[in-house]
This record gives sequence, C-alpha cells and structure tokens, in this order.
Amino acid sequence: MIAAQLPALQVVVPLLGAPLCLLARKGNTAWALTLAISAVALLIATLLLGQVLEQGSVAYAFGGWAAPWGIEYRLDAVNAIVLLIVTGISTVVLLFAKTSVAHEIRPEQQVLFYTSWLLCLTGLLGITITGDAFNLFVFLEISSLSSYVLISLGSDRRALTAAYQYLIMGTIGATFILIGIGLLYMVTGTLNMADLAGRLPELTASRTVRTAFAFLTVGIGLKLALFPLHLWLPNAYAYAPSVVTAFLAATATKVAIYMLLRFMFSVFGAGFSFGAMPLPTLLVLLGAAAVLSASTVAIFQHNIKRMLAYSSVAQIGYMVLGMSLASSAGLTAAVLHLFNHALMKGGLFLALGCIAWRLGSVRLGDLAGLGYRMPWTMAAFVAGGLSLIGLPLTAGFISKWYLVLAALEQGWWPVVIVVVAGSLLAVVYIWRVIETAYFRDRGEPAPPVQEAPLSMLLPTWLLVGANVYFGIYTDLSVGVAGQAARVLLGTAP
Amino acid sequence: MRDNPVLRVVTKITLPLIFLFALYVQFHGDFGPGGGFQAGVIFAAGFILYGLVFGTEALRAAVPAAVLRLGIALGLMLYAGVGVVTLGLGGEYLAYGTLAHTAAHGQHLGIFLVELGVGVTVAAVMVAVFLAFAGRADP
Amino acid sequence: MSAAGLYNYWIVILLMMAGFYVVISSGNLVKKIVGLNLFQASVFILYISMGKVAGGSAPILREGVTQFSNPLPHVLILTAIVVGVATTALGLALVVRIREAYGTAEEDEIHQQDESL
Repeated sequence: MIAAQLPALQVVVPLLGAPLCLLARKGNTAWALTLAISAVALLIATLLLGQVLEQGSVAYAFGGWAAPWGIEYRLDAVNAIVLLIVTGISTVVLLFAKTSVAHEIRPEQQVLFYTSWLLCLTGLLGITITGDAFNLFVFLEISSLSSYVLISLGSDRRALTAAYQYLIMGTIGATFILIGIGLLYMVTGTLNMADLAGRLPELTASRTVRTAFAFLTVGIGLKLALFPLHLWLPNAYAYAPSVVTAFLAATATKVAIYMLLRFMFSVFGAGFSFGAMPLPTLLVLLGAAAVLSASTVAIFQHNIKRMLAYSSVAQIGYMVLGMSLASSAGLTAAVLHLFNHALMKGGLFLALGCIAWRLGSVRLGDLAGLGYRMPWTMAAFVAGGLSLIGLPLTAGFISKWYLVLAALEQGWWPVVIVVVAGSLLAVVYIWRVIETAYFRDRGEPAPPVQEAPLSMLLPTWLLVGANVYFGIYTDLSVGVAGQAARVLLGTAP
Repeated sequence: MRDNPVLRVVTKITLPLIFLFALYVQFHGDFGPGGGFQAGVIFAAGFILYGLVFGTEALRAAVPAAVLRLGIALGLMLYAGVGVVTLGLGGEYLAYGTLAHTAAHGQHLGIFLVELGVGVTVAAVMVAVFLAFAGRADP
Repeated sequence: MSAAGLYNYWIVILLMMAGFYVVISSGNLVKKIVGLNLFQASVFILYISMGKVAGGSAPILREGVTQFSNPLPHVLILTAIVVGVATTALGLALVVRIREAYGTAEEDEIHQQDESL
C-alpha cells in the first residue's frame, strides 16, 4: 500500500522535514535530521526507479482528483533517473557537510541553512516528479528561493551580490516560464502535461503556441545557464559555501535540463520543436559557443571554484549539443552526460571543499605542492579532472563517446570538432591545477598542511569512485539513458 | 510615535478590529475573497502597526522570536500533516473526502484546516520579516 | 477581434516592458526589485484578464448567478502573488545585507569596490 503512495512521499518527506528542522536548536541536530531525511528520500527514489523499470510509467493522482482536472505526478525513465541523481548527491554531500558547514557557516545560521537545504531538495524533487505545468512553476520557485538563501550564506561578502544577481536573473527566468505556461493554458485550457501533449498537435500553427515555446525556451535557458544566459553561474558557484556549490552544481542545472527535455519532447513534441521551430540550429550554435567560450575563459581563472563553474557552463553546452541532435543516440548522450556530470562535478567540488577546509582558500597559487601534503584529496581532483577531459575508463569518456557517435550518425562534423576542441581546452585548465599541485614547491613561509579528515574524504571518493565505476561498467547507466531517450521520442510509454 | 496620544489611542481601538477582520477573512474564503494568505497578512499587519507605534521592543515582548519560529513551523506541519492523515485514512495525499463521513463535509474540513495552517505560517513569517528588517541598527 | 478589443494584452505588454526596462537599466538595487515586481504584475494581469468570460461574474458561488468567470487563473495567480511577495522580501533582505557590507546600494559603486580587490 505504501508502494502506491511513494510518488507523493518523495516530495512530502523533505517538505515535512523542513519545519521539523526549523525547530531544532543546534546545528548538529539539524544536520542529523537533514541527513536522515535525505537518506529516506534516496531510498524512495531507488524504489521508484525500480517500479518504473518494471512497469514503464507510474502515475499518481493528488487528492484523488483524476487528471486532467487534478494535479498528477508522472514518472517515467527520464525523471526517475533525475530523482535518483538529486537524492543521491544530496545524501553524499550531506555526509561531507557536517565538518564543512561547521567551519564555513556561523553557528546561529546553521539551523536555517539546513532548513533551506531541505526546502531546496523538496523543490528540486517536485520539479522532477510533477506532471502538471503550473505545479512545476511552484516547485521551481521553491527550489530557486531556497538556493538564493543557500548561496548568500557564503563567508565572502561577494556571496551576497552573487545571490542577488542570481535572484534577479532567476526570477525573470521563472516569470518567462510562467508566461509560457499561461499562453499554453490560454490556447488549450489545460495544465496537465500529458493532456497538453494531446491537444497541442492540431494547434501548432497558432502564433500563441509559438510564443509560448519561445518564452519557455528562454525562461528554462536562464535557469539552465545556457550561453549567453549563464552570467549568474560563475559568481554564484564561486562564492557560495563549498557544500552548496557541490549540491547545486550537481543538481540544479540537471533538473533544468530535465525541464527543457520534458517541455521540448513530451509536451510540444519532437516534430514541432525540431521541425517547425528553429530549435536545432539555435541549440547547436549556443551549445558550441558555450563549450568553446566557457572552456577558454576557464583557463584564465585564478579561483579554482570559478574555473570549475565555467567548466560547468561548458558541460551544459555538451548536453545541449546532444539534445539538438534529437535522435535516439543524441538524447542518450544528453541524459548520460547529465548523470555523469553530476558525479564528476559533485566529486570535484567536494575535493575543493576539502582543500578549502584545510587551507581556507581555493586560489591556484595557494595549491602549490599540495599533491604531496594532501595526496588523497588531490588524487580525487585529478580523477575528476580526467573524467572532465573525457579520458577512457572514466564516465566522462562514455558520454562524450556517445555524443560523437550521435553527431557522426547525422553527419554533423562541426559538432565532433567542437567536442574534441572542448576536451583539449579542458586538458589545459586541468593541467594548470595538476602542475601547481604536483610540480611546484610549497615555499617556506607556508604553514604545515595535513590531509582532510575521513568524514570528508569518504564522500569525495564515493563520487569520484562512482565516476570510474560507471566508466567501466556502463550497462546500467547506458541502459536507463537509452530507455529515457526512447520515452522522450515517443517510441516507448 | 508612542508619545503621540492620538496615534496611541486610535491604534489601541483599531487593533482588535483588525484582528477580528483577519479572522473573518480567514474563515470566509469559501464564500468571498479571502483565505489563508490574505488573512495571515492582515493579522500580521495588526502586529506591525503595534510595532510601528509602540516600538519594536514592545512588539518583541508581545511576540517573542521563539513563538514566531514555532508559528512558522506549525502552520506548514499542519498543512502537510492533513495530507499525511488522509494517507493514513486510506486515500491519496490530501484526499479531503476521507476526513469526514461524507465527501462534501470532508472537503470543508480539509480546506478549513489547510487554510488555517497557511494563515498561521503567513502571519508568523510576515511579523518575523518585519522584525528582522526593523531590528537592524543603521550603520 | 479588433486591436481595441485586445486592450488588456496591450496593457500587459506595456507593463512587462516597463518592468523589464527598470530591471535592466536601473543602477539602484532596490529599484531593480521594484521593476521585477512590475514585471510580475503584468503576468498576473495576463492570466486574470484571459480568465474573464464575457457576461460572467466573479467566480464565487452565489444565488441567482448562472455564469461565472474561470476560477482557475484566479487560484494560479494567488499562488504567483505569494511567490512574488516572497521573492521581493528575500531580495530586499539581500539588499539590506549588501548595504551593510558595502556601504552602498548602487550597483556601479559595488562593482568598483569588488574590482579593486
């Protein structure tokens, strides 16, 4: 009986956890409660993925009101995998968070920090699991507002301006999405995504539908940090607390990619999105621009968090390139890269969190000689970096390989060149860090530095190890990604 | 402003009326414009008026921070809790029909409770936001 | 459908562009938030005006009224208004903290202070 109610519980458990967390007195109690709730959410997400792989798709009607009048939660292979990523990253990062948060955030703010974390988790899970367009907007705003709060708790005063800039751009994006949903409602009279998909095909000639498409694309593009709407991301990731960067980098943009996939393929349909509208050209151009320009800018950064933030913009470019191909192989590559990038960036930012905890700084110059003082941390960074470049035996290689295959299948040679060029640029900026950490001397006046504690190393290596594991045993990730691609293209339920 | 006798007396007369109106708006959401959010804001407006006229110290004495935190948490837990109760009674989440002997009565009861939860949280949040802003010393 | 009959959409576009312009062009952080509010208000008007049914009254059950406007946009906008209020409160809280940290709420002065680092 509980199994039938799991979709509702996925969102309700963190939602109920947030006010409970608010009543806690000490930071450690709040941390323990948040970790427990995140672990329960992870368990529910795993059970739901199992249900979806068995049954195909799972639907849940809220309040007993049947769709399309009631709000419906709909699960298929696409969002089940995103649910798993969000809850998994949240739990692993929370294992890391106890020491890191105690160091970076003031004691009186820690309870509020963990409450916002739970609200952000609720919002992200809600966006992923819902089948109603306006419900998606509400959860989008819940997750956005709580992420503005999380970012602003960074210790540098520039965290405040970064959070403010993200607030302005994020609210404009969410309002554009609201306009798009309103225009769709105006034309079809329904907010349920499955119902919209049924009614839109005969209305596609109307200018209102095209305007709605445009508003939705731009709005989701702002949340996605699609080039050139990515200006909020480098500052937000650089100045936020380490655990917040690790969490948001691995989840928020992935959920935004999911939103784009859902609207482009399941609601509007691949025929309209890629046939009638100039989406393929647009996505290829913007994706390629993102990969090349962001990777280049990353090379010149002194703050390593900023460098990885620009690298994230480039990786989002890869996912968008995969989407623009609109073929089964292209979508498999996009969903695969979504999964792999979450693991890669999560691990890299956690490794940076260890360094920040020990050194108090993440500037490139301060990392000199760190490879010998903090061997495990730097090894984790190197492994994550190799995955970013796309070396064989890592998860990054698998997704880039599928992307190149998908591009070759359609004969789009420029895309292949862009992917290879992006990987070469990634070699440059990762090599800068490796060179400083292993081949430069620490210098006399620097204070002695020790390895990070086990409680921080284990989660880091968990994510980095998963990277390597999914680079070698690819059946599970490629299988689910392929299933997701088939669902999106409409060839499977 | 507490030295001004007109403001003081008029505030003391109108505050109960404001709170009464807030309760009216809360419970008449079914039959006219109203409901949890609007009522919560009107309720908070009464407290904020008190704080404006008599000073933030007096407001803090009337509504301590612990009470506000409790209010914020309890309202949200009431709303989510109603859903959990309906889950326990065998329906889906927030299926109000299971709460009473007939579906219509259940809907009324369910909406009443969730709006109450919304009203409590919104009132507490608005007063907390006011105190957070007003309590900061000018640099 | 003459252009005059679509006057509600003209108002929506006017408010939307005005709000957007204030957000982009204003240098003061508080004014940006005001522009954001204006921008969101235009979206509320879009939803509510499209929900009006010709000859329908307000969507509240009453004796003797048979035709009502669509209640769903009203419900959606109540939610959106609350979201807007929360965003405004959060934005203003950030502006207060920024002013305490930088001494100013003007965007170019903050930029100057950060660039000198």
